[in-house]
Amino acid sequence: MSRIDLSVNLCNIQLTNPTILASGILGTTKALLKRVGENGAGAVTIKSISREPREGHKNPTVIAFEAGMLNAVGYSNPGVEAAAREFANLEDVRKPVIASVVGTQKDDFVRVVEGLSALKFSAIEIPLSCPHTPGFGLLAGQGTPQATFEITSAIRRITRLPVFVKVSPNIPEICSIAKAAEDAGADAITAVNSMGPGMCINIEARKPILSFKVGGVTGDALRPIALRCVYDIYKAVKIPIIGVGGISTGRHALEMIMAGASAVGIGTGVYYRGIDIFQKVCEEMSQWMQENGVNNIKSIIGAAHD
Amino acid sequence: MIEQPMMVKICDIWGESPGVKTFFFESQLRFDPGQFVMVWIPLLDEKPFTISYIQDGCIGISVLKRGVFTTALHNKKTGDTIGIRGPYGRGFDLKTNSDVCVVGGGIGMASLTTVVERLKRVTVIQGARTLTELLYQKRFKDMHVCTDDGSAGLKGTAVDLFANFLVKQQFRKVYTCGPERMMVRVVELCKKYAVECEVSLERYMKCGFGVCGQCDCSGKLVCKDGPVFDLQELDMMGDFGKMIIRKTGERVPLNGSVH
Repeated sequence: MSRIDLSVNLCNIQLTNPTILASGILGTTKALLKRVGENGAGAVTIKSISREPREGHKNPTVIAFEAGMLNAVGYSNPGVEAAAREFANLEDVRKPVIASVVGTQKDDFVRVVEGLSALKFSAIEIPLSCPHTPGFGLLAGQGTPQATFEITSAIRRITRLPVFVKVSPNIPEICSIAKAAEDAGADAITAVNSMGPGMCINIEARKPILSFKVGGVTGDALRPIALRCVYDIYKAVKIPIIGVGGISTGRHALEMIMAGASAVGIGTGVYYRGIDIFQKVCEEMSQWMQENGVNNIKSIIGAAHD
Repeated sequence: MIEQPMMVKICDIWGESPGVKTFFFESQLRFDPGQFVMVWIPLLDEKPFTISYIQDGCIGISVLKRGVFTTALHNKKTGDTIGIRGPYGRGFDLKTNSDVCVVGGGIGMASLTTVVERLKRVTVIQGARTLTELLYQKRFKDMHVCTDDGSAGLKGTAVDLFANFLVKQQFRKVYTCGPERMMVRVVELCKKYAVECEVSLERYMKCGFGVCGQCDCSGKLVCKDGPVFDLQELDMMGDFGKMIIRKTGERVPLNGSVH
């Protein structure tokens, strides 16, 4: 039996395997990040941090449906000051930790990145693409090529860490956003954020279930769209892509990697398969590779392209 | 398990004390003692409640009026509807099925009622602030009670009363739910007397099914890994009795209620 190599080098971050905990799932505390790492994730991402504390939207904020999940959490987070306390001594996690940073304007992003700069994060991710939080992401116009360029440039100037820009699947010209991020000095593209927003209505109550009424769509429903986005972005930029959207099995992860992703984010999959989904996905990838004579995961990145 | 809120009609409402009402609704769902449901009032909010009555085709939740949401629930009438989803969480392990003790404090008693009804030779201890706040007095006739002001039973806390029992009686297992500081002391006593113990924790929750991370307690998810934890698990949970997570996600020292 030949040895299967799942390791990847993502912007000079060594990952033992390509699975990454996506932002917004389980990333509230250092203890949970550590547990996710112990369950096989190659890297983990914290829940997004803003300058000031936020309570987010009222419940229900997360709801499952037949083909995935709908969420409008509304960036609840303790703010940069408390986050800096929670995520001190990050080496305890024993896996690379990515900081997700959000802001209502350019200056907020800069302040949060500065506030976290003394900590041992391995990269900064900026989601300019949330579809359901007023003042942030798409609802603040951050999903245009120009805004993406400006915010990314501002962060590029103040940190040496790799900067990942997370893009929305909603935008037809997604490649121009990815290109703007690359031009501004981003080191990788995270594709994609949740899509929509979408809605679920309880017909007996005759009301939308989420308190914010609408929420980002993730899970199975998102997967084919995320794949297409990654496939397109792979052709448009030279920097690596972290593929996220509906991955819950090894086959899904391999699809994403063949579309052009160097690493894969997993979020909603935790609901389907538990915290050890990372381990399961890696085992399933290894098994397929074994059966198909692929020794090195890096050799099939972008394999679906002509 | 139901993933999205199902609207159910409230078929009966009982006053348990001036501040606590039990709401009954028809449900064919199977519940284990210690599990909970997320209760939804459309356009308002959604909160977790433990099941306090499990009967044929009918379940009940006991609700202490203490904020906007629980006040709105208390204003509901028989025939009104509320949304429920669940059941969620891991309930009590009832393999030790006799000669056990339950120690409840305040509304925490609601989590233990279904344990009492499933097991044999159960010593029931309940602590409350005052006589009128004692719950389920008709339901559990042999209950041992105590109050902070001495208006009923021993003047003292449930921990004091529990300690008195440990001196004279051997239990095979202890189940507890109440203020976290009370449970910390129950746990200490159980360790001292080498008795197995399970506690039911309370944390602010969002999803209820183990993905959002809001209810973390030292890497354990109270909604999915718990809400019931045993002594071995609690030993690894440094935040038990010490830290809670606010709505914002900030981890702060435990100070009274988890809300």
